[in-house]
Amino acid sequence: MGPYLLRRVFNALLVIWAAFTISFCLLYLLPSDPISMMLSAEGAGGGGAANISSEQYHLLAERHGFDRSPFEQYLYLLGKAVHGDLGVSMQSGKTVVAQIADVLPETLKLAALSLLLAMVLGVSIALTAGAFSSGLLRSLLLALPPISMALPTFWIGLILLQIFAFKLHLVPSLGNRGFASLVLPACTLAIPTAALIAQTLTKGIDDAMALPFVRVLKAKGVPRRTIYFRHVLHNAAIPTLTILALIIGNVFAGAVVTETVFSRSGAGRLLQSAVDVQDIPVVQGLVLMMAVTYAGVNLVADLLYPLLDPRIRRGAGGVGGEA
Amino acid sequence: MSEALLSASAQIPPTSDGVEVVSAAADSRLKGYVPRWLGLGLAAAFIGMVALWAIFPQIFTAGDPFAGNITARLQPPSTLHWFGTDNLGRDLFTRVVYGTSLSLKATVVALLIAFVTSSVIGVVAGYLGGVVDEIVMRVVDVLLAIPQLLISLMLISALGFGTINIALAVGIASIASFSRVMRSQVLRVCASPYVEAARSYGAKWYVICFRHVFPQARGPVSALVAIEFGSAVLSISALSFLGYGAVPPTPEWGNLVADGRNYLATAWWLTTIPGLVIIITVIAVNTIGRAFNRTGGAQ
Repeated sequence: MGPYLLRRVFNALLVIWAAFTISFCLLYLLPSDPISMMLSAEGAGGGGAANISSEQYHLLAERHGFDRSPFEQYLYLLGKAVHGDLGVSMQSGKTVVAQIADVLPETLKLAALSLLLAMVLGVSIALTAGAFSSGLLRSLLLALPPISMALPTFWIGLILLQIFAFKLHLVPSLGNRGFASLVLPACTLAIPTAALIAQTLTKGIDDAMALPFVRVLKAKGVPRRTIYFRHVLHNAAIPTLTILALIIGNVFAGAVVTETVFSRSGAGRLLQSAVDVQDIPVVQGLVLMMAVTYAGVNLVADLLYPLLDPRIRRGAGGVGGEA
Repeated sequence: MSEALLSASAQIPPTSDGVEVVSAAADSRLKGYVPRWLGLGLAAAFIGMVALWAIFPQIFTAGDPFAGNITARLQPPSTLHWFGTDNLGRDLFTRVVYGTSLSLKATVVALLIAFVTSSVIGVVAGYLGGVVDEIVMRVVDVLLAIPQLLISLMLISALGFGTINIALAVGIASIASFSRVMRSQVLRVCASPYVEAARSYGAKWYVICFRHVFPQARGPVSALVAIEFGSAVLSISALSFLGYGAVPPTPEWGNLVADGRNYLATAWWLTTIPGLVIIITVIAVNTIGRAFNRTGGAQ
């Protein structure tokens, strides 16, 4: 257990470091001039790159570290990031960490509620469909996930707004106004997530049903219900656990669109507005936050595998250990 | 369309055992046969129509996508304006038809970038193996850890806005998943005796890679392209919806939906109908992709 844990923690750190490096390469090394971008972002009121002296330009470049060679910049930023300093937003001048911390609670609320809804919806679809091996109900239920995966998230949000906020006046339409304003965004995010959960779990159930031990249990006369709930589900949960981090990543990515549609403040909206004005430190900070979340969730999933799968506990096989 | 999906899902073989299940599977296959081909035909017809919208928009509509008629503002769908009109009195059907070209172009460019780049990466990593393979696959693993939309957004904040840039962003964001499939195929093909034979008569490594290995390995990646077409349409419309695509008067599927946002309470058609066009396109493309995959798998 000890070496297993150590390897997993090391792996998580590696993912975070690599995400930092890749985001650095994409954001800082592509041919773009961050200083002029920053100035044109501020320069709506008559500023802009044309209006500043080259001296001021270099001063700004020095303050943000753009005057050094790419590799030095990388080491400088990495060193800062290790100490929890992700730089300063080019747009607002506040630190990136403070800006993310400001809006994160709203996104966490949204993500938590939508994950809960998605779990309930996805698991109930998969369980009901899995209980029947054929039939109309199963076909109907299994047709749902592919259809909901074809729906653009922004469209789901707008349709829900149209129906529940504007036609029926059940909930406030926009903004962060308590629980009522959280319901529609959470439903919007939950639909594609539920589809993903339902699909993975159904596949898991079908695969587990086909395993020889199910036949043995049937031959021994174990009731169908016991086989299904005690043995099959146990096995089917493992692939779903594997995609947990993927699901959470999708929820966060979906939050970019959802928070924009519902004009909610949150990490997704922050990312959208940062991309709008090409505020590169904020974009990198949010990507890094995503990588930390992903690595953290995967670490938790890795710690849960041995509890679910005795083969990993005994170190005999690796069902999803090497992710 | 839903019939096709139903029949497609009915194709999943029942998993319990016994002889009667075999006959049940055959039975459902027989029952699913007609609706499946019907669905596939409908999907192909729709995609054909959308492709024609993109290439010859003027055949389908006589209107001008930019010319508004202020006396006909915000009119609901009717026989005159099939999809209704927007706040400037422009015909929404005309705008959707003209917007198809940019949206589809962006999708094709994105998939082309993903396919070509990932083919090179996958072939080189899979064939060379060793340290190169190890490094490339580690990078791919990390890229897979970041949601594709985030990678696209990173690229857009570095590259700037525009239809081509969102196509690039979506294309590059999907390289990781494509490369992984390509590499695993290359590894499989590289183990076959004829590759060893090619090596033994002294063929150059690049000849082996691109003459012998690539043609055998590309099948599953092409199938992935068919499957990923739908999600590329979705990603591109999402980025266009967020306002990173074409500049407003130019129509794109995503920004047409975004344009309708301010009229949710009064003009439902402005958001609903362009969205439905996107959805039906994605479902149709997925239906074709799955059929393509089934026949590809049988070979």
